[in-house]
Amino acid sequence: MEIIKLSKDKTSFVVLGLLAVITFVIPLCNVFFSADSVFHFSAYSVSVLGKYLTFALLGLSLDLVWGYCGILALGHGAFFALGGYAMGMYLMRQIGTRGVYGNANLPDFMVFLNWKELPWYWLGFDHFGFAMLMVIVVPGTLAFVFGYLAFRSRVTGVYLSIITQALTYALMLAFFRNEMGFGGNNGLTDFKEILGFNLQSENVRSMLLMLSGITLMGTFFVCRWLVNTKLGRVVTAIRDQESRVRFLGYRVEMFKLWVFVFAAMIAGIAGALYVPQVGIINPSEFSPLNSLEIVVWVAIGGRNTLYGAIIGAVLVNFSKTVLTGLMPELWLFTLGAAFVVVTVFLPDGLVGLLRHRLEEQQA
Amino acid sequence: MKVNSLNMNGFLIAWLLLLFSLSAHAAENASSPPPLLDALEHLQQGTFNEREKAIAQLASIESERSLPILHALLDGKLFLVKSDNQLVIGEDNHHGYDLFDAVSGIELKSISRDEVNKINLTNALRTSLRKTIGQLELNSPVPAIRLAAVHAMAGDADEKTLALLHRLASTEKEPRVKQAITLIFLLKEMNSTDNALRLQAIEQLKEQNSIEVINGLHAILDKEVEGNALETDRQVRNAAKLALSEVTRRQQFYSTIETVFFGLSLGAVLVLAAIGLAITFGVMGIINMAHGELMMLGAYTTYVMQQLMPNHLGLSLFLSIPAAFVISGVAGILIERGIIRFLYGRPLETLLATFGISLVLQQSVRSIFSPLNRSVATPEWMSGSWQINDFLSLTWNRFYILVFCLMVFILLLQILKYTRLGLEVRAVAQNRNMAKAMGIPTDKVDAMTFGLGSGIAGVAGVALSQITNVGPNLGQAYIVDSFMVVVFGGVGNLLGTLVAGFSLGIANKFLEPFAGAVLAKILVLIFIILFIQKRPRGLFPQKGRAADS
Amino acid sequence: MSPQPIPHEIPMTDHLLHEGVVDTRHGPILYLDEVSVNFDGFRALNHLSLVIDAGELRCLIGPNGAGKTTLMDVITGKTRPDSGTVFFGQTIDLLKMNEPAIAQAGICRKFQKPSVFDALTVFENLALALKANKGAWSTLFYRLKGEQRERIHHITEMIGLKTRYQHRAGILSHGQKQWLEIGMLLMQEPKVMLVDEPIAGMTHQEIERTAELLVSLQGEHSIVVVEHDMDFVRSIASKVTVLHEGAVLTEGTMNEVQNDPRVIQVYLGG
Repeated sequence: MEIIKLSKDKTSFVVLGLLAVITFVIPLCNVFFSADSVFHFSAYSVSVLGKYLTFALLGLSLDLVWGYCGILALGHGAFFALGGYAMGMYLMRQIGTRGVYGNANLPDFMVFLNWKELPWYWLGFDHFGFAMLMVIVVPGTLAFVFGYLAFRSRVTGVYLSIITQALTYALMLAFFRNEMGFGGNNGLTDFKEILGFNLQSENVRSMLLMLSGITLMGTFFVCRWLVNTKLGRVVTAIRDQESRVRFLGYRVEMFKLWVFVFAAMIAGIAGALYVPQVGIINPSEFSPLNSLEIVVWVAIGGRNTLYGAIIGAVLVNFSKTVLTGLMPELWLFTLGAAFVVVTVFLPDGLVGLLRHRLEEQQA
Repeated sequence: MKVNSLNMNGFLIAWLLLLFSLSAHAAENASSPPPLLDALEHLQQGTFNEREKAIAQLASIESERSLPILHALLDGKLFLVKSDNQLVIGEDNHHGYDLFDAVSGIELKSISRDEVNKINLTNALRTSLRKTIGQLELNSPVPAIRLAAVHAMAGDADEKTLALLHRLASTEKEPRVKQAITLIFLLKEMNSTDNALRLQAIEQLKEQNSIEVINGLHAILDKEVEGNALETDRQVRNAAKLALSEVTRRQQFYSTIETVFFGLSLGAVLVLAAIGLAITFGVMGIINMAHGELMMLGAYTTYVMQQLMPNHLGLSLFLSIPAAFVISGVAGILIERGIIRFLYGRPLETLLATFGISLVLQQSVRSIFSPLNRSVATPEWMSGSWQINDFLSLTWNRFYILVFCLMVFILLLQILKYTRLGLEVRAVAQNRNMAKAMGIPTDKVDAMTFGLGSGIAGVAGVALSQITNVGPNLGQAYIVDSFMVVVFGGVGNLLGTLVAGFSLGIANKFLEPFAGAVLAKILVLIFIILFIQKRPRGLFPQKGRAADS
Repeated sequence: MSPQPIPHEIPMTDHLLHEGVVDTRHGPILYLDEVSVNFDGFRALNHLSLVIDAGELRCLIGPNGAGKTTLMDVITGKTRPDSGTVFFGQTIDLLKMNEPAIAQAGICRKFQKPSVFDALTVFENLALALKANKGAWSTLFYRLKGEQRERIHHITEMIGLKTRYQHRAGILSHGQKQWLEIGMLLMQEPKVMLVDEPIAGMTHQEIERTAELLVSLQGEHSIVVVEHDMDFVRSIASKVTVLHEGAVLTEGTMNEVQNDPRVIQVYLGG
């Protein structure tokens, strides 16, 4: 017991240390070293790293839902995408007259569609504060409504997985429509600046990377605290024996609901951090495949550990970047094989493998 | 839209057949009668006046070659060869023209574009040509052509055509042609000056299922400018109003039938996609995310079979059914034996692993065939549509898929009911441990069940290849839908799957006109999500102790 | 039989109903009348009527499929009966409540298959069961107080797991899990304990201690025990109810019941 706890903490600290390095050292390097120095990171690698960190945040939120609460959500990407769209809408409004059509009141795609005025649900997104609120509120509300309906009627297991997948699939179809007013196929892109800072500038990219890192570390601590509270124990108990918990007098659906909503909000924040770093958000973020990829990050890293999700997200996405660069057709083979290998041979993921090794050594 | 174009296709095919038989006939007695040559002489003259004369002449002489030549003229396919002034019909073959002698219809050598002169027409000439062709076609021995000609004339028939039609009406034997001619006369009478005749015509038109009747009646009623009825006779107006409501009511009725049919055919596709799942999910509790890819394999099997025997479309399609069943079935058994059996009792893990397999299968197909969609040809008897009347036509491919789906479903029920395998499958589904204790080899039954479900997915893929593009993403497009069908119908209940598939298909098609295809799909998904709240076990739930586990 | 002393703090003069307080002044703490449950045509419970008095220790016996577990499902809200009434005390209609509400009202259940949380320690298992505000927010900021720690330690001692309270429940033996689950029941400070097959997988000594424990708990708690082991039933119960085909066949002392020809026929087959 003690060994497990110790090794868990150790790994946590190692992961956190690496995160801190990425978060603080890289941006600092870029400030202090000139562009031709070996210690200078290109704008590309900075934004790629930043992207990984937002994915890690997303993986973390899924681990909370899946690893701790036992809800295999196959539509978690939807919350990420919604957060991303909220941020994208703010960034769209910041373009102002610099769009192709130079229309200060309407984003380019609306001008293109001959829209005369801004739809009501775009109002307020000029304000950063309001947009950031929506980053949390919109995914949270969707998670609340969906979760309330699903958990109250005790939809569990694979049924729940499938309807979460249907949810994100439906959203994808909806966002593909031009009439929705979110840019249809192309989504939202061509962003210029955030809070008045030029998004193309290296310093802004470094700041975004730093912000993603800090958010990730902060969220990690919050989640760690959360799973160690009594609520965390109840949630774990629900994962293992849902009906027994009910007979102890806990309203299971409420616990699931709040964890689900909380995780959805984190996913929304991750999406909001992701969009300015990659410069685009489009409906493909809602695709069921994206949501399944999140699951595989967590599975490969090792669920039910929090830091496993972070390791998994970074590792898988790093391999994806490398492999799609070398041999694009190899990526899906690898991903597919990863699904199979992890579920059959590595139910506890890479972290579990390491932990077994550690325990064997200690024993 | 689609129905129309298919209709046109059917017509063209009939027309080409006619052309073929005629030209063969012409080749037999190669010497053509002089009037034809004389008329063609005129046609070759430069002035449009001469050409008009030639057209009239061609129409008046009773030659089998008149029609093909006039058609070629109308379609801009009639040429003069520059070197020897021979009159030819040319079919564009992308490099130049394949030539046929205009007089005899015999195939000549191909020729490049700049070696011929096209015989041009003015717009006025074209209009009169169209009419002439129509009149000629009225005398065609093929009923389908006569019918098409009558339809083409319905819009604006002049005195001469009317006379022609009148003559035809007295000799016509084909009821559909006769009916169409009657319609034209009634429409004419409706717009005559004799009010008694008009009322009588309207009374009879009420019974007709035709768009033209609706247009004609609308024309009577719509003639109001600034509130004043241009149609002065109240009686006629009222009669028209009454007749219009009756005809549109029938039109709506038929369009409802059509929507139900399209809904059923969509449902059939859903059911085909879902029953394989219903077996693996319902009987074994396995979520097979690679199910869609097994369907994709079936569709590609059809494609490959067609490549192997390109000249026997129908036969290759029939052979594809067992081939796809075997290929997808074997793939399914391999998946079950290789991976899934290690994951029994862990449904979420099974879901993930099979999803991984689906990715691998998709990418394999992409690597082997190409990421682009492949088109699978449809045999002739499956293309086109069954035109029941102006308001109702059913497309054949959808119709056959509906029939096919029911056949597969019934066959499957029989297998489960009357075979040893079926008995064992049901036993394992109800109580795995007890079945094992009875000496049923559950391992083998699992593999066979999974193979059966997968094989049906392959068969579904064959059907899908006839209505959609065959590509690596074929499976993904259907997987969410087919899960919805299974969940909606109630897990472990094949009849539920059937009912759910058909009702979702029909619901989708009824929503489409109001909401558009995408929104209809979203609405249906939302409906199912809400439905599961109310009845988590679907339309036809299993009850009792077994249902709890 | 003489009415049990009323264990709850309702003055006899006060006829107003108190929310959340079980009114047992008339004796019964559980009152089931004409309860029927159908599963696809199979009558799991068939117009069953049963009364459990406050503070009583009652044993339910009956062959497999007699409806014992279904009966517990109905009382705890897991299964909704097709017809009938189920009351907790005089005033609380259990058919209007869901499982957590029934558990919080004071009806707790031990399952046939020991249901403890394997991933949590013995201590955590007991802490989860502890009677407290069980809303999501309160659990988020919950801290164990000294007296509650005391209570948990007291219970671990009582169920013989004192040395193991930091171990994961997953590694306990079958019998220990049974006790842990009984311990979890006690943590909830229940008014009614429904105990389904408590001694399965126990050694002889463990069985004796379980019997002692259950006997010592009656009076303060009303206890319903389902058990197949007749010796065990004889050792603890003053009153036994025999279920057969979803209805009560007979009630009485163990001796009366064992000599009832109908019971003999049911058990030996006829």
